[in-house]
Amino acid sequence: MAPFPLSLTQLLGHWGAYVVYLLIGFAFGYVLEISGFAISTKLAAQFYFKEMTVLKVMFTGIIVAMVLIFAATGLGLLDYNLIWVNPTYLWPGIVGGLIMGVGFIIGGFCPGTSLVSAATLKIDGIFFALGGLFGIFLFGETVQYFEEFWNSSYYGRLTLMDWLNLPTGVVVVGVVLMALIMFWGGEQLEQMIGGKDKPQHRWGRRAAAATILAGAVLVLIIGQPTTQDKWTRLAPEKEALLAARTVQIHPGELLANLADDQVKVVMLDVRDEADYNLFHIRRARHLPLDQVQAAIPELQLEAAANTVFVVMSNDETAATAAWKLLVAESVPNVYILEGGLNNWLTVFGHDDPTLQQTPTPSGDDRLHYIFAAALGDRYAAADPDAHHYELEYTPKIKLQMKRGASGGGCG
Amino acid sequence: MTTIANEQPKARGWRHALFGRPEKPFVNPYVGGALLGVVLFLSFFLTGNGLGASGGLNRYVVFLQDLVAPEHVDRVAYLLKMAGGDKNPLDDYLVFMTLGTLMGGFFSGWLHGRLKVETNKGPNISVRTRWVMAFVGGAIMGYGARFARGCTSGQALSGGAVLSAGSWAFMFAVFAGGYALAYFVRRLWN
Repeated sequence: MAPFPLSLTQLLGHWGAYVVYLLIGFAFGYVLEISGFAISTKLAAQFYFKEMTVLKVMFTGIIVAMVLIFAATGLGLLDYNLIWVNPTYLWPGIVGGLIMGVGFIIGGFCPGTSLVSAATLKIDGIFFALGGLFGIFLFGETVQYFEEFWNSSYYGRLTLMDWLNLPTGVVVVGVVLMALIMFWGGEQLEQMIGGKDKPQHRWGRRAAAATILAGAVLVLIIGQPTTQDKWTRLAPEKEALLAARTVQIHPGELLANLADDQVKVVMLDVRDEADYNLFHIRRARHLPLDQVQAAIPELQLEAAANTVFVVMSNDETAATAAWKLLVAESVPNVYILEGGLNNWLTVFGHDDPTLQQTPTPSGDDRLHYIFAAALGDRYAAADPDAHHYELEYTPKIKLQMKRGASGGGCG
Repeated sequence: MTTIANEQPKARGWRHALFGRPEKPFVNPYVGGALLGVVLFLSFFLTGNGLGASGGLNRYVVFLQDLVAPEHVDRVAYLLKMAGGDKNPLDDYLVFMTLGTLMGGFFSGWLHGRLKVETNKGPNISVRTRWVMAFVGGAIMGYGARFARGCTSGQALSGGAVLSAGSWAFMFAVFAGGYALAYFVRRLWN
């Protein structure tokens, strides 16, 4: 598995991890300050085309970080699934952005820059930061009146690659080109409206532009690992888990976890629709095997520290295939229902007279029971009472601390 | 002579140590931007999270609210998530990142002789107007930042670098909002 991001809390402990964040914050504040972002007039000048410092610093920051990130994911050093990609709430984001633009031009800062300004004792920065706290307070008190809108137009972990349907490398090169054009245009405006001199260091600037563009092209050439690539990398370690049967959980363990309200169990039934309609465990989601890949970003967002995913098919073949996909894409805490639904029905369905075993044993990963009607989860065996059963099994679920992103910079 | 040289800095005291350093110019914006990019990359690379400011501030606010009116916090879903029951809203990485940002800004300001009690404003407004506008703008900004689930750093910068579609839409909205209003408030800055 890609070694980064690190599992900070496991490596350094609760407080040790916070020290890393403190240092990153320190570097962030330092860089903002040396770029002149503590000075409101410098920031506001952006909106009068006099000085494009905001544009230059921000977009240089974005493209440099972007090229480094996607080079690292392309080389298999960094796991893109484990880094925080802000989920898209399109309209709340746009409305909030417009409000922020207004606040920016009136107040002269954004929240991060006002912190740096306040830290260097600029009184307007201090007032802005206090105003910011007040605005945040107001939002907390009023969000209940428009919560529906605030949670609307939700697209989950939607990336520009998904939206444009282009490979990552192409988007990276496109964004770098766009930024370079914006820098060029911004400097023209600075000279025309801001009365600035022609920039110095022509060769240095061209070299820098060429370097970043070359980096982006390199990202395009390296490409990004496919799910298959990721699985190939993991296979030796994970095939051993499958062979040792450490990830196949007994139906009794699934039932016990369903009854445990400390644990959130997400059951993914990867069979075809006909089988699902005949019988499924209550609250199991229908997610056919061929749709698992597409659902991964959604599952990633859902994965909290106490979430366990259990994949199931009639036997184990399809479930194991789904398990491999999910594990390759770093979904945490995924298990397979041991023996599949057939085993589940053997354990919990034996005293239901309406359930009958097929007279002729069918092939692999086929349902071994006959159902008179497609009643789905309206069988007693679909929702057995955990207190009625005392089953013996070896518990295998061990909740893993989630590595990496925990909620993004502004969560 | 040696005694004089020894006494002089003493006489100037802590004020001189804090504010007396020679003022240095800002770095080239592209250099600053490249450094910012490296910091942002390291943040994602090491922790999986991007940079942020408003989320940390948010938690300071909720902490104060929880001190003053804990029952109220327990009734509002949005606040409950951060400070319900015995959850401490300050027990979060963003709080430390925000603290670090303040420290880093202060340190760089001190190092480069830019630690100054002053008010930066356009030439045509009074200092007091600037303060009022800074507070009002800050309040609008704080409200908008929570509305958009992130500020310029957490959404635009961090989300932009990892190519979140919503973050790019947000980023253009911020610039659109700023440019749309800039003409009407030009007296504030020009």
